[in-house]
Formats: sequence, C-alpha cells, structure tokens
Amino acid sequence: MSTILIIEQVLNGVQFGVMLFLMAAGLTLIFGVMGLINLAHGSLYMVGAFAAAAVAGATGSFLLALVAALAAAAAAGALIEMVVIRRLYQAAHLDQVLATFALILIFTEGTRWFFGSFPLFLDIPDYLSGPVTLPGGIQYPLYRLALIAIGLAVGAGLWWLIERTRLGIQIRAGENDREMIAALGVDISRLYTLVFALGAALAGLAGALVGAIQSVQVGMGEPVLILAFVVIVIGGIGSIRGAFVGAILVGLTDTLGGIFLPGFFGLFMAPGAASQTGSAIASMAIYILMTLVLIWRPSGLFGARA
Amino acid sequence: MKKLMLATAALALGVTFASAEVKVGMITTLSGGGAGLGIDVRDGFMLAVAQSGRDDIEVIIEDDQRKPDIAVQLADKMIQSERVDVMTGIIFSNLAMAVIPGATAQGKFYLSPNAGPSALAGQGCHQNYFNVAWQNDNLHEAAGAYAKNAGFSNSFILAPNYPAGQDALTGYKRTYEGELAGEIFTQLGQTDYAAEIAQIRASGADSVFFFLPGGMGISFLKQYDDSGVDIPVIGPAFSFDQGILQAVGDAALGVVNTSQWSKDIENPTNAAFVESFQAEYGRLPSLYASQGFDTANLLISAMEQADVADADAFRAALRTADFDSTRGDFSFGPNHHPVQTIYAREVVKEGDVFTNKIIGVALEDHGNVYTDQCQM
Repeated sequence: MSTILIIEQVLNGVQFGVMLFLMAAGLTLIFGVMGLINLAHGSLYMVGAFAAAAVAGATGSFLLALVAALAAAAAAGALIEMVVIRRLYQAAHLDQVLATFALILIFTEGTRWFFGSFPLFLDIPDYLSGPVTLPGGIQYPLYRLALIAIGLAVGAGLWWLIERTRLGIQIRAGENDREMIAALGVDISRLYTLVFALGAALAGLAGALVGAIQSVQVGMGEPVLILAFVVIVIGGIGSIRGAFVGAILVGLTDTLGGIFLPGFFGLFMAPGAASQTGSAIASMAIYILMTLVLIWRPSGLFGARA
Repeated sequence: MKKLMLATAALALGVTFASAEVKVGMITTLSGGGAGLGIDVRDGFMLAVAQSGRDDIEVIIEDDQRKPDIAVQLADKMIQSERVDVMTGIIFSNLAMAVIPGATAQGKFYLSPNAGPSALAGQGCHQNYFNVAWQNDNLHEAAGAYAKNAGFSNSFILAPNYPAGQDALTGYKRTYEGELAGEIFTQLGQTDYAAEIAQIRASGADSVFFFLPGGMGISFLKQYDDSGVDIPVIGPAFSFDQGILQAVGDAALGVVNTSQWSKDIENPTNAAFVESFQAEYGRLPSLYASQGFDTANLLISAMEQADVADADAFRAALRTADFDSTRGDFSFGPNHHPVQTIYAREVVKEGDVFTNKIIGVALEDHGNVYTDQCQM
C-alpha cells in the first residue's frame, strides 16, 4: 500500500470527521445546556439537505442553497423547540426519546409528502468540482478539501462563540446551573430556543454540504445520527471540544479500518473470506473504539459530568 | 316482506359475485427511504388492472415499511381475515424470505414483482411461487457477460456486505471470467465512498462493477464522477432506474447497466405501457413499474383461463405465462423464474430527462443456475 494512498485515506477520514463534528456539535450542545436527548437531530440534517436541493434547483446557486439550508434547519429547530421540546425539559429521558422519535416519523413522512418519494438532485458547484493535485502528486477532490476547511472554520467559530462572547458565557452558565442564571435575569427560554436553533442550523449545514456528494433522500439523517451519538459519547457528553476530537477519531477509525482490516485478514485468509470478515470487523471498529474509551474514561474523553 | 326478500336475493347474488372475484393482497414498501420502488410496482400493477377493465379483481394494498416483522403481520392478516387468493408486492429479499414460504405453505399463490432470492429459486422453491421479475443473480450475471464481451479483463468489484451483495459479486464472477483488480464489501447503507474510490484509483483496474442499490448508488456515482477517476463503470439497473437517475444527474451519463426491461424495447405492449404510464402518473416508468405491470397482466391472463378456486388449473395457467409482456418474449423456467433476454443499456439525456437506451444484448434467453436444486 503506497504512502500516497494512505495520505489520501487520512484526508478522507478527516473530512468525514469534520462533517460528523457539525452534527455532533449541535447534539452535544443541546444535551449539555438543556439535558435533552434529541433523536430528531437527524431530521434537521435532512431538512437542511432538502432545502438546499430545492433552492439549488430553483436558483442554480450553491451559496444560496447553503443559506437556505441554514435558515430552514434553524427555523425548523426553533419551531419544534417552541412547540414540542419546551414541554420536555422536566420530563424523564425516556419521554424525551419517545417524543423526539415521534418527530422523526413526522419529519420523514412530512418530507416525503412534500417532496415525493424519489431522491432529489443536489450537485457540487462547478467552481468546486473535480480533483486538484496536492504536493506529492495526490489527486484529491477539491470539494472534499472545501468541506474540511468549512468544518474547521465552523469549529473555530463555535469555540470563539462559546469562550469569547456573552452568549457563550450564558450557554456555559446554563450548563452548570440553570436556576441561577434564570435568577440573574437571563431569559432562559429564549436562550434555549437560540441554542436549539444553532444546533439545528449546524445539522442543516452538514446535510446540505454532504447532500451534494451523497443522496438527498428521506431518512438520510438517521445513520448519521447514530454516528453522532457515538461521537458525543466518546468525546464526553456536553463538551464541544470532546465532540471535535471524538468526530475526528471516529472519522479516521471508520475510514482507515475499512481499508486496512480486509488487508490484515488477507495475510492469513482466502481473499474473498478476508474481504468479508475484514469489512464485518471494520463496521464494528468505531463501536470497539467507543467501548475502549468508555472503559478508560467512563464519562468520555472530555466529559465533565460524572 | 318483499323488500326483505329482495335484500336476501341481492345478498345471495353478492355472495356469488364474491366467489368469482380474485382477491389480491399487495404488501409493498410505501413509506421511508425505499418507498420509490414500492410505489412504482403498485402504480404499474394498478395501471394493468385498470386497463383490463375487469371489476372482479379486488386489490388490498398495505405498506410494510420495509420491516420484516410488519410484513409478516400484514401477511397473516391478509391470509386469515381478508382471505386473499393471491399475494404480491414485496420489494426486498429479506422481507420476501419472511413472508413467502408461509404464504405458499398455506395454499396461497405468490407472484413476486421484484425480490428473487436464491433460496426461493433453489431448494426452497414452491409450486405456488412465481417470480415475474428475475432471480437476484440475473442482472449481475448479465453485467459479467457484458464485461467479458467488451474485452475487460481486470475488474474492480464492490457491493454491500449482506446476502444480496454477496450474491451480486458471485453472479458477476460467474460469467465474467477475467482477473479481479480488487473485491470490496462495503457497509450496508454506507454513503461515503471516498476510501473505496481511492483504492479503485490505485488498483490499475480496467473496469469497475458495483451493486449499490438506492441512495448508496447515487452517492457512489456522484463521488466517483467528482474524483476524476475515469475507469468505465458497469452495474445492474438498480442504480440507474428512472426514479433515481435524475438525482444522480450528469455523473451517470454514459454508464453501462444491465436490465431485463428498458423503455425502448420495441414491441406494441411496451410502447403502449410507457405512453399510458406517463399519461396516468406524469412520469416515465421504471423497471419496477414494468415488473408490477407484467405481474398484474400475468394474473389476469391466468384468470381468463382458470378459476382461482381450482388451484391446479390456476397454477397451470400461470405456468404458461400467456400474456403480452413489456419485455417481449417471456416464459417461466422449471423453477417458476423467468427465462428472458437481458440487455445492456447506456445512460443518456433526452431533453432535460436522464434515461436509458439499449446498446445491445448481454444475455439471451437467460434462466438461472438454481433450477437443478428445485424439486416441486
């Protein structure tokens, strides 16, 4: 296996990781601040992708499509926070899971009713399509490099927002003691709606960005949601930094595991069987990673809560 | 009193009508991500029923949500309380395996408009089970035959790691005969293929065969197109049907795929089918729609020859397959699976619409390899 191939695969893993981070950041923020398990986060990812596909189809502009994805997902997030989620903050986690699972069904069938059962078309804009040659002769798609850049930029922006702004102070305070910050005169329900909409917008952005290289279809959010949960469990629930590190770890493990494990089993097995066993183990790799992390640090890598 | 007698007479008449009627139970996927396929099968089926002008076919349609447990519940309900005569509609092989053996064991006829798992073609075959679409391996065998005839000798092949994916690669290798540059099983439901594409680029292959149905295929083709790798791609029609081509766009142009049906097969039945489907539903039919349409026409042809209550006569009538198929020549092999021609098609753009055009025959009068294992 050549060095070029390995570098290319590492880039793929990082790119997959930063996209997972966009999903996981919102999920972990919502859990950290409000203590809410939001299964419908994958639906917001889908809303972003469908909004982007619809706007790109109507206007032909990818930038407008991204704006639409952010706006639609944020609006959908704010709406469900005000109508449904708000009633669940005091409820048990099981009730939250039930209600947000119901939201998945409503979003899925609603989207299917509105857009039809067939996948939509969303393509990479011309100025980002095709491969570029990196130093060392690596051919790599420009769009994937752009995804890495956008993901890192969003990560930096979130860090700035949480650590350096007044809103960030309120969010961190809300994580620690919601009664106290309400007593200090912060409008806690407005803060919650805002955080929820922010998390939703990040999911919507991820949906639109990934939708351009994948299939924009009903139910696209759920597989990603499972991975996002793995990421926040590894990173430590509620920690943005943990979500980032966890996402990159999961991205790299998943991508590199898929490449190297079949080869590894090929050393002592027949090619067909090695390929099957290797890919079977590779699909477990991130869960094995999660188990190992939890044995080592039961509250995740950066988990504050015991 | 007179009224009462009239009512009784009407009731009695009603009963005789009901016994002449054929009740069809259709369990298919109408919600969630796989809904496009079930909707096409249903629409094709109902179009044929409507065109026959018969009012003695009652079709009960239920949504299995692509979940085997729900499909089994629906089948029990249809068999025990609705008392259907014939069942049809299932799209996915795992659901078919959960429902069909039970239904045929209880004396119902099952006409499969899509799923054709090898287990039901070989040792698990049944005299009341007919597959109107294909045995699962068929389109992959055709892709292998096409690759061999096109002179490819170093294929890179990939499919998801589940039974139909393993069958796909086995089917391709059965007819292809060349070297393999690589063989990968991907995860079922995987949406990112960057890692696989990098391996394809590094492998030095002269052709790529992939079986990635539904959204997986859309993702693969878009990413493959953007990667700048230009090794020719071959696949079965499942990643190139009318429902998903528009979502793939330019990335699919020129790709060769194998199918038992195409909208440009020249025969009067097919021309009328394509035109009337488009008029009725406002979209081009897919191969799934053609399979639904053929399934209903097979059923109607058997109803013309025999009464469904006489199971032996009805079965014999089904076996003759005396109907005008959208595929032209159509007959059943000894294990009740089609013997048919499979074409190589190329993705083209007609106006604004992406669709397929036949470029040649991949396999002529092709049956399946499981007939020897079937004892019915």
